[in-house]
Amino acid sequence: MDVNYRQSVAMLRTRSQWIALGVLLAFLAVAGRVFPSEIVDVMNMMFILIVAAHGLNILTGYCGQISVGHAAFKGTGAYTAAMLIVRLGWNHWVALPVAALAAGGAGVAFGLPAFRVGGFYLAMSTLAAQFILPALFLFAMPGIVGGISGITVPRPAIGDFSFRIPENQYYLFMPMCVVMTIVARNIARSRTGRAFVAVRDNEPAATIMGINPFGYKLRAFFIGCLFAGVAGWMRVVYDGCVRPDIYPLMGSIWMLGIIIIGGMGTTIGPIFGVILVRALNEMVLMLSPFIGGFFRPEIAIQMGAGLGLIVFAVVVIVFLVFEPRGLAHLWQVFNERMRHWPFKYEPG
Amino acid sequence: MVTEDEVQLRTDNVCLRFGVVKALDGISLDVKPHQLLAIIGPNGAGKTCLFNVINGFYRPQEGEVYFEGQRITQLPPYKIAKLGISRTFQAIQLYHGLSVVDNIMVGRHIHLKSGMVSGAIYFGWAQREEAEHRKEVEWLIDFLELTSVRNRIVGSLPYGLQKRIDLGRALALEPKLLLLDEPMAGMSRDEKEAMARFILDVVEMRGITIVLVEHDMGVVMDIADRVVVFDYGHKIADGLPEEIRNNEQVIKAYLGKPKEA
Ligand SMILES: Nc1ncnc2c1ncn2[C@@H]1O[C@H](COP(=O)(O)OP(=O)(O)OP(=O)(O)O)[C@@H](O)[C@H]1O
Ligand SMILES: [Mg+2]
Repeated sequence: MDVNYRQSVAMLRTRSQWIALGVLLAFLAVAGRVFPSEIVDVMNMMFILIVAAHGLNILTGYCGQISVGHAAFKGTGAYTAAMLIVRLGWNHWVALPVAALAAGGAGVAFGLPAFRVGGFYLAMSTLAAQFILPALFLFAMPGIVGGISGITVPRPAIGDFSFRIPENQYYLFMPMCVVMTIVARNIARSRTGRAFVAVRDNEPAATIMGINPFGYKLRAFFIGCLFAGVAGWMRVVYDGCVRPDIYPLMGSIWMLGIIIIGGMGTTIGPIFGVILVRALNEMVLMLSPFIGGFFRPEIAIQMGAGLGLIVFAVVVIVFLVFEPRGLAHLWQVFNERMRHWPFKYEPG
Repeated sequence: MVTEDEVQLRTDNVCLRFGVVKALDGISLDVKPHQLLAIIGPNGAGKTCLFNVINGFYRPQEGEVYFEGQRITQLPPYKIAKLGISRTFQAIQLYHGLSVVDNIMVGRHIHLKSGMVSGAIYFGWAQREEAEHRKEVEWLIDFLELTSVRNRIVGSLPYGLQKRIDLGRALALEPKLLLLDEPMAGMSRDEKEAMARFILDVVEMRGITIVLVEHDMGVVMDIADRVVVFDYGHKIADGLPEEIRNNEQVIKAYLGKPKEA
């Protein structure tokens, strides 16, 4: 058979795919300079969220292991970075891999109950992480860890190019997000990623192919939380500080919602999820003063936050019920339709 | 390497109980390399349980299992797989979210070397390895006549094809010993014939030892080198197909009592 296997394992196969990628990269390259500062700032936050969401997607989407502590693992990366930079005077760039490894290590520690079959023990253990780790940020050795007011962290710079303003941070976060997206995709399409899915879809059948399920669950925790650690480091650069309240339980729940909406177990899913959730957020922010006008002022003040949560919850439920494979699946169906157009597409 | 007259797989007085149910009651069995051994027996005789003991899903209360002289009774299933024992399932167990190619590619798991780091970098080493092993997988897809569905997600495929994918995945591991649990159950005559052909071809081309559980006596008598009969966890007969056909105890086990569901 004359098949070019190198080509059939490649990510991009057609010319239009390469062109689309080129256009996207060109857009990303200039976007940090053409948009107003507030929009660039929102994009920066999205890059950070995407990196974190890729991590949770590897863990929960690909390997099927639930975590409700993703924000805490992100916080672990952030605090490790902050303490290395401020207390020990480390270089930002050297602190990055160490922060990532620290978060990965914490993930493995709290992922140990994965050897028990079923999600319950993991849910409890990662929930425990979500309470224990931020409690450490808040109460452990306030002189070093910073207590309630956290630690102020200087921004890194490359020569004269300082990452203090959003327009410049963009050129740090955007490439990092692109690289981490490629890394996530590479893991998913190689041996490790296939083993994750095998463990998720059918553990006994994974075992008989020589896959140690427990070993791969821990690997998924390590990689997933490594991504969270990288996102935590980015967040330190973004905020210029660490504080215990930046990594709450709600953050972990949002993360789960993002990968559900975007489509679990696909690399594009977390990106779609972050974009949609962010767009919903902005919409709610715009609409809430208007809706708030119908209520008494005391209530109206709290509308914004409350409305955001309600919209988010409703959207997640709608996706769980009607499209559990998320936006990524809708996108795939749309692509197939386009490819077969004008012929009718029969989904397999 | 094992020679022809050596024993590749030996179960020695294996007893497996579930409460009061004796699923396996003192099963001793020798399987020689390159043999096609068929196990037959009524429903609930313990055939699947024996497979589950051999590949490590169940720990027998008594007895031992040896593979190529090594005691494997206490090993976890994934280590037993690495020794070169592969199997298929009576009720299909595929990775329903993966394509046909990827399902069979998982069967290559123990032969691929790339880990987390080289996988994350991908370009270069891992990519070359993927392409190499895809060649083997594509050969199997070709051999099992799955070419037209190779990129489909397996969950949506018909039963007969899923059975073949299950076989393909087991073969991708390049096992020395292959355990097939009713690979032809619920198939049409044509599908059964195709499956029998795949099995015979594999034995011939790769010299794999096969232990086959099958209810269809016609198929068993046609393709087996040796037949073992189970009844209520006991081995009641062991011999050449023609010996089994005329064995009184076997006839009684199959015909002498009302057949269970
Ligand atoms: N996990 C289990 N727990 C309790 N009993 C079990 C279990 N697995 C098997 N058994 C019992 O062990 C006995 C043998 O079962 P087994 O599945 O090996 O039969 P079989 O020969 O494969 O039958 P079939 O032809 O129906 O597949 C049966 O009585 C069955 O109910
Ligand atoms: Mg059975």
